[in-house]
Amino acid sequence: MMKTLPRVLMSGNDAIALGALEAGCRFYAGYPITPQNELIAYMSEHMEEKGGVFVQAESELAAINMVYGAAAAGVRAMTSSSSPGISLMQEGISYIAGAQLPCVIVNIMRGGPGLGNIAPAQSDYFQATRGGGHGDYHCIVLAPATAQEAYDLMNQAFDLSDRYRTPSIILGDGFLGQMMEPVVVGSRVSRVAGKKQIAKPWALTGCAGRNPNVVHSFRMQEGDLEKLNLLLQKNYACIAAREQRAETFFVDDARVIVVAYGTMGRIAQGVVKQLRQRGVKVGLVRPITLWPFPKKIIEGCCARRSVSFVVTEMSYGQMVEDVRLCVNGRHAVTFIGRAAGGVPEEAALIRMIRKALR
Amino acid sequence: METLYSHPESLRRKLTHYCAGCGHGIAHRLVSEVVDELKIRDKVIAIAPVGCAVIAYDYWDFDCSEAAHGRAMAVATAIKRVHPDAVIFTYQGDGDLAAIGTNETIHAANRGENITAIFINNAIYGMTGGQMAPTTLPHQKTATTVHGRDVAVHGHPLHISEMLALLPSVYSVERVSLHNPAEIMKAKKAVRQAFVNQLEGKGFSLVEIVSPCPTYIGKSPQETLRWISDVMVKEFPLGKIK
Repeated sequence: MMKTLPRVLMSGNDAIALGALEAGCRFYAGYPITPQNELIAYMSEHMEEKGGVFVQAESELAAINMVYGAAAAGVRAMTSSSSPGISLMQEGISYIAGAQLPCVIVNIMRGGPGLGNIAPAQSDYFQATRGGGHGDYHCIVLAPATAQEAYDLMNQAFDLSDRYRTPSIILGDGFLGQMMEPVVVGSRVSRVAGKKQIAKPWALTGCAGRNPNVVHSFRMQEGDLEKLNLLLQKNYACIAAREQRAETFFVDDARVIVVAYGTMGRIAQGVVKQLRQRGVKVGLVRPITLWPFPKKIIEGCCARRSVSFVVTEMSYGQMVEDVRLCVNGRHAVTFIGRAAGGVPEEAALIRMIRKALR
Repeated sequence: METLYSHPESLRRKLTHYCAGCGHGIAHRLVSEVVDELKIRDKVIAIAPVGCAVIAYDYWDFDCSEAAHGRAMAVATAIKRVHPDAVIFTYQGDGDLAAIGTNETIHAANRGENITAIFINNAIYGMTGGQMAPTTLPHQKTATTVHGRDVAVHGHPLHISEMLALLPSVYSVERVSLHNPAEIMKAKKAVRQAFVNQLEGKGFSLVEIVSPCPTYIGKSPQETLRWISDVMVKEFPLGKIK
């Protein structure tokens, strides 16, 4: 008999924190910044119950380096912040990628550039998907659209990160972080979470009974750094081949395909639903992994003779570049975006879709 | 037959990349001897800095992590909290600990993290080619103070150890030097005590080691030792600070 799982009303920030704890996260370091403050508060309240470590760091710079240390020590570690704080963490993220350490970084995006404002935005797509810090590296980037999905994805974020020994980023926006909605907790996904973690023989635990381990990204001998980079590139190619994820909605017979992620994906889904009720042949691809970008799904859509794409973002056009790279000139790609507190309106998106149908 | 002197187990038998007369070799060895004597090699985790000692992990034969420039104390904080029974120490130069990493240093100390900090003060940036350090002496000529450090423009040498000693959560701070054998023996004693403090759960301990960098001080190894004895330790007096 199916047992009804509890539904709890919570903010996206709380859902992420709870999802992380259930996924076996046992180290959190962070620095307060709006609009993700509920997350650090939740961790400070509940991490100890799980036997984990919570540290309020003196800066985002310290926070990400604490995560580096905890990851090196072999536990599931994470931090969270919002856009300006994530910018400050980029040095550490580059080191984590270079040292092949797993961890999860949550970015609840706000308006930029600079101090910007605290309104929701999706303006850090480039930073998240292109590496962000110095050097040739990528983070796995997951973009939940609802509090439920955020909760469910935390498990995957840690698993992927451990498996590929590279940082995972949860890329949400202020709407996702702040909005409260019912979340089904204790699902099968979260019950098995953290139970079967990948062994970390490379971790720093003291060298009793084995040769010493070293965690580092520095390679001084000629040719050594290139070797490390080639190893990383092989890993990225493997992730790109295996881990592309997206949700599709009415794409099979669609003449116009909307591409949107996170909160915009949710708004676009509402628009597609409305237009379908009026018989308009429109569909939606909602990328869940932003890196690797779900190229195979977009390319699958490109195979048909007549289709066009409408990309919408709470930015002035960042993910649209990835869509254009996939489409590669075969079909029309148009864009509608607002940011810095502005959100593309449904009516404007509908006008864009109708224009694309002509 | 009694062994009076041998190669420390915790120090690999290999040539270092350090310059002639550099103090890092001695400081590495002091740490290794202490680790051996306290029998903690299998539970030590070192945090190497950015600077000349970045590849200290090639010389020490125990678990090590690299840290970004200045961030060793943040990395050490996390590792110690995750493995409270491990023995964690950072090994950092003056640029690392007292310039780019000042914030991480002060806050780790202020939290009273139960770690050991080995702070190498040679009054200069070595790895990058002899630029002014926070601890560069007044009038000292460097690559970025070609007419000498002018305290009116560049500020005074930063006495980070004395600053840290003011924090209630800091357990122990001591300044030692490597400029002659007697001082080296005192330095070893201080390093040993800083590790013992951690083993006894006493909290944050820092040993500042005044160390020679002949290449960028611009003197011969012997002259550099004399300069430390005659000039540098006047600015940075040796002894227990806290």
